[in-house]
Amino acid sequence: MPRPKMPPMKKKLNVNALKRVIKILFSYYPVLLPIAIACIIFSAVTAAIPAIFNQQVIAAIEEWFVSRDWASAKEEILPKIILLASLYVISLIAVTSHTQLMAYITQGFLGKMRKKLFDGMQNLPIRYFDTHKHGDIMSYYTNDIDTLRQLISQSIPALLQSSIIVIAVFSIMLWYSIWMTLVVLCGVIIMMIVSGKIGGGSAKYFIRQQKAIGKTEGFIQEMMNGQKVVKVFCHEEKSIVEFEKINDALYEDSRRAHAYANCLGPIIMNLGNILYVIIATVGGLFLLSGAKNFSISGMAFQISIIIPFLNMTKQFTGNINQVTQQINSVVMGMAGAERVFELMDAQSETDDGYVTLVNAKIDSEGNITETDERTGMWAWKHPHTDGTLTYTKLMGDVRLNDVDFGYTDDKIVLKNIDIYAEPGQQIAFVGATGAGKTTITNLLNRFYDIADGKIRYDGININKIKKSDLRRSLGIVLQETNLFTGTVMENIRYGRLEATDEECIKAAKLAGADDFITRLPDGYETELTNNGANLSQGQRQLIAIARAAVADPPVMILDEATSSIDTRTEAIVQKGMEMLMKGRTVFVIAHRLSTVKNSDVIMVLEQGRIIERGTHDALIEQKGKYYQLYTGAFELE
Amino acid sequence: MLKTLAKSIRQYKLPSILTLIFIACEVVIEVFIPFITADLVNNIKSGVPINEVIKTGFLLIILAILSLSCGGIAGLTCAKASAGFAKNLRFDMFNKIQSYSFANIDKFSSTSLVTRLTTDITNVQMSYMMLIRTAIRSPMMFVFSIIMAYIMGGALATTFVVVVPVLIIGLLLISRKAMPAFRRVFKKYDRLNESIEENVRGMRVVKGFSREEYEKQKFGTAAEEIVKDFTKAERIVALNTPIMQFCLYFNMVFVLLVGSYLAITSGGTTIDVGQISAMLTYGMQILMSLMMLSMIYVMITMSAESMKRICEVLNEESTLKNCDNPTTEIKDGSIDFENVSFKYSEKAKRFALENINLKISSGMTVGILGGTGSSKSSLVQLIPRLYDVTEGCVKVGGRDVREYDINALRDSVAMVLQKNQLFSGTIKENLRWGNEFATDEEIIDVCKLARADEFISSFPEGYDTYIEQGGTNVSGGQKQRLCIARALLKHPKILILDDSTSAVDTKTDAYIRKGFKEYIPNTTKIIIAQRVASVQDADMIIVMENGRISAAGKHTDLLDNCDIYKEIYEQQTTGGGEDA
Repeated sequence: MPRPKMPPMKKKLNVNALKRVIKILFSYYPVLLPIAIACIIFSAVTAAIPAIFNQQVIAAIEEWFVSRDWASAKEEILPKIILLASLYVISLIAVTSHTQLMAYITQGFLGKMRKKLFDGMQNLPIRYFDTHKHGDIMSYYTNDIDTLRQLISQSIPALLQSSIIVIAVFSIMLWYSIWMTLVVLCGVIIMMIVSGKIGGGSAKYFIRQQKAIGKTEGFIQEMMNGQKVVKVFCHEEKSIVEFEKINDALYEDSRRAHAYANCLGPIIMNLGNILYVIIATVGGLFLLSGAKNFSISGMAFQISIIIPFLNMTKQFTGNINQVTQQINSVVMGMAGAERVFELMDAQSETDDGYVTLVNAKIDSEGNITETDERTGMWAWKHPHTDGTLTYTKLMGDVRLNDVDFGYTDDKIVLKNIDIYAEPGQQIAFVGATGAGKTTITNLLNRFYDIADGKIRYDGININKIKKSDLRRSLGIVLQETNLFTGTVMENIRYGRLEATDEECIKAAKLAGADDFITRLPDGYETELTNNGANLSQGQRQLIAIARAAVADPPVMILDEATSSIDTRTEAIVQKGMEMLMKGRTVFVIAHRLSTVKNSDVIMVLEQGRIIERGTHDALIEQKGKYYQLYTGAFELE
Repeated sequence: MLKTLAKSIRQYKLPSILTLIFIACEVVIEVFIPFITADLVNNIKSGVPINEVIKTGFLLIILAILSLSCGGIAGLTCAKASAGFAKNLRFDMFNKIQSYSFANIDKFSSTSLVTRLTTDITNVQMSYMMLIRTAIRSPMMFVFSIIMAYIMGGALATTFVVVVPVLIIGLLLISRKAMPAFRRVFKKYDRLNESIEENVRGMRVVKGFSREEYEKQKFGTAAEEIVKDFTKAERIVALNTPIMQFCLYFNMVFVLLVGSYLAITSGGTTIDVGQISAMLTYGMQILMSLMMLSMIYVMITMSAESMKRICEVLNEESTLKNCDNPTTEIKDGSIDFENVSFKYSEKAKRFALENINLKISSGMTVGILGGTGSSKSSLVQLIPRLYDVTEGCVKVGGRDVREYDINALRDSVAMVLQKNQLFSGTIKENLRWGNEFATDEEIIDVCKLARADEFISSFPEGYDTYIEQGGTNVSGGQKQRLCIARALLKHPKILILDDSTSAVDTKTDAYIRKGFKEYIPNTTKIIIAQRVASVQDADMIIVMENGRISAAGKHTDLLDNCDIYKEIYEQQTTGGGEDA
């Protein structure tokens, strides 16, 4: 949920982020934005001008009210008021246009930023998602983009407007009287110092409040997740006591933060009032003492100067106040922008592959040729430097030669891995958590790139294959099942977007999922939300298997794909799985040895090395690690 | 709804009321200020002696200081009241949740409870602050300013007859139109964020199927639609400013025009220059107060959703309550199920358990087998009264579980849940959940029994090793053994293990069961398992299917009589179906 994050105050503000936001804004709206800005400036100027008219009208009143001669006064006053009114009409048009334009621009900009962020994210390598917390990535979309909204739709226009009014009013004040302007200036400086002090205190406690909220949230999260354990152990009273402590601390910080923030308003307002009195008194003194005015206009002190001057004082302090209030959100906006750019600038996944996967058929001469229609036969299209093209039939032959890999440079996870998987073979990986089983599959589809050695797919170095085509030829089913919001059918179709309903149902039957799907309230049209929360883990795994089945890839990777299905159901699913695996190269990772028993080759991994390999019978014969695992002498995990 | 929430104000009623009082004072002073200012202006204008001018000025400064003090104090009390209200609300909610039964917990997902306790409360806190600060300020300001404007301006005040209705109608129309639009688009926006989250979480799937372009396209369409809706809603709201400006401008022109006419024709008797400028100030105040009112209106309706979600938690009554005069003494560990049927909620179509009859005598070891969804867990959860039966009754120690004090019952019936959890803290702290007064020796004893002592001792910090949130720094098998030790520390009369050794290797599993037999022979032990090996030595094995007991008996009997059991057994032994 959106919650404004306070910027880290110590860090120096990055004005570049703000500059970049403005630059992007201009590039998106090269015409509309300047128009909006012009309207803002215009309406600001018209907002400042009335002071002059006030002064002139009041001067006229002063002049005429002794004689009570409205007829002659009219001559002087009416044109001025009409001019004022017409200025106001224009100002209204300007205000309406810039607020409408800014609403349009802001939302358009946010939409484009969201899209840019999302598109960029899709291109990021898996490493990024493995090394960043999902909550943090989400907060780019929720918190940080929201701070941009505030920045663009409110802060920047308000700042622009306020500073223009301040400048305009300041010039008019100078026009009237330099002495009195200096007095106003002194007052304003005091106000700024005070608001800086209070604002600083408020910021300090807001940061502490943010931290306290984080801590409370962490505690709540843990307790809510473990609520059933709390109940079973009758631990309610104790967790309430513990919560009270954290809750009280949050209250303290929250109270202080808001206390500072709440006081700022009345203080600034009343300092403005005091300044007003001072100006009135000083003005009165000047007027009475007949001191010489010093001004650009050269006007002498008179009541018609003091009254508009007083109004201008209000306007001046009011706008200074506006500026100080916006600064907080500008700072937050900049911090948000900086973080958004961080994600945008993250290194995207590189792909130098040029070998592509195409539909193929065998022509009359027995050669493999490319075709547009789906033939069920695939070929690697391999362009060579001399301009020739060769087609290699997709078989599913995967070889790893002497592969080394580490997620970071300093820690090798896999060492000297050699694997030969012939088309149609089933290869199993067994080993403790962290032994490197999943890592191998991460390398096959190039979620990560190997450090040393070679991986060949049908004889082609996988670095030469375009990543999307490589991945299209590999179906993966992961232990942690991720389903998307949508119907069951749509989720299965995710494997191959152009699959018909019949094909999807066929795949579901193969995966053994059809049985439970048809029993769901709306069958295949049942809506799944929240990662299929209404299904059991085992049912979700079955859908994931169906999803991979519909893709019909020549090579499949099953990473603990049936771990949550009980042995009895697994036995039922087994038949379908066998059908599914037939004719494909399959890599299986399983905790349950019964799942891998029938594999052509079983590899036992330990600390990144293959320590045993062979068929089930051969490994049992060998009486090594696998034998110990099988007889239950060792615990995996 | 408001009544429920208001109950949580409690000790912060005083600061809330003080806020209202001080703000009322502030408003009164604030309204007087332009009045005095007009005086000051007239003083200067009419050339009264300078010490008179200073006197009025002095009065003004005092008023400003008073207003500042009132405003400042109100700011402090208001912060205290709203932060305190939020604190109480959070506490009340947390408290309430602690009283929830399993059935209540099932109703709310844990993530939704977290949002309710954090974001929703923050929203309510902000609205409450806004409310007590402006609920009295704006209407008062409005009324006073109108009165003062009439006193000062007389005929000039007719401007408000035009301006006020225009503004009120304008603001009402805008919020009427904008709010449903916003609510709609916020819902869409939430969905968009959910789909982003799905993508972030399922990136391996997206990339594995090379669906990046597809996802981009899907997102693009959804995002564009949201931009359209947001723009529409935002543009309606953007009309606020021009309407406000219009009213201000109208007021300005009207006051100047009519004011100058009146001033000149009356020679300054009906109205003078000072009054004209005061009228401008009052005009501003009146319009601002209306603007503020419309803002509170919007803010409160926006947070209405949060309030509703908080009330849902506060108004949820625990489905389990102690009976009157509950018994705290549990005689022994015998368990009887008599014609028990059970479903998770009244609305559920299907019974999770049907017609269960079962007699377990104290000290027995009972194994339960069955596929996923066969209601094994449902069965055992009725014993410590985590749920209440729908029909029939469950007896522990010869008495209906509903006659016991819930805490006493649960202290005697220790259950190791399937979805178990350790909490952040040291191993010792975690184990002491079972018994907070347990000595170190007792802790080591139960850990030995649960076969956890070995690995705990191998940690450099031993029993003081810190467990991270969610227990991420111990392996699944270790976690399960710690959870068993924690339950053993209760010295229960009945111990229930709900698939609690699935990640423990078979050898250790066997040792643990052996230990149970030797060291806690009088405790009734109920073991749910996937592996036949884990239960085959039990005094009784229950085979569950579709919420019914399909067979019960000893291993050898079941092999002869129960096909399902035989099937599972053969598959796991001849098929080599050992869990590693």
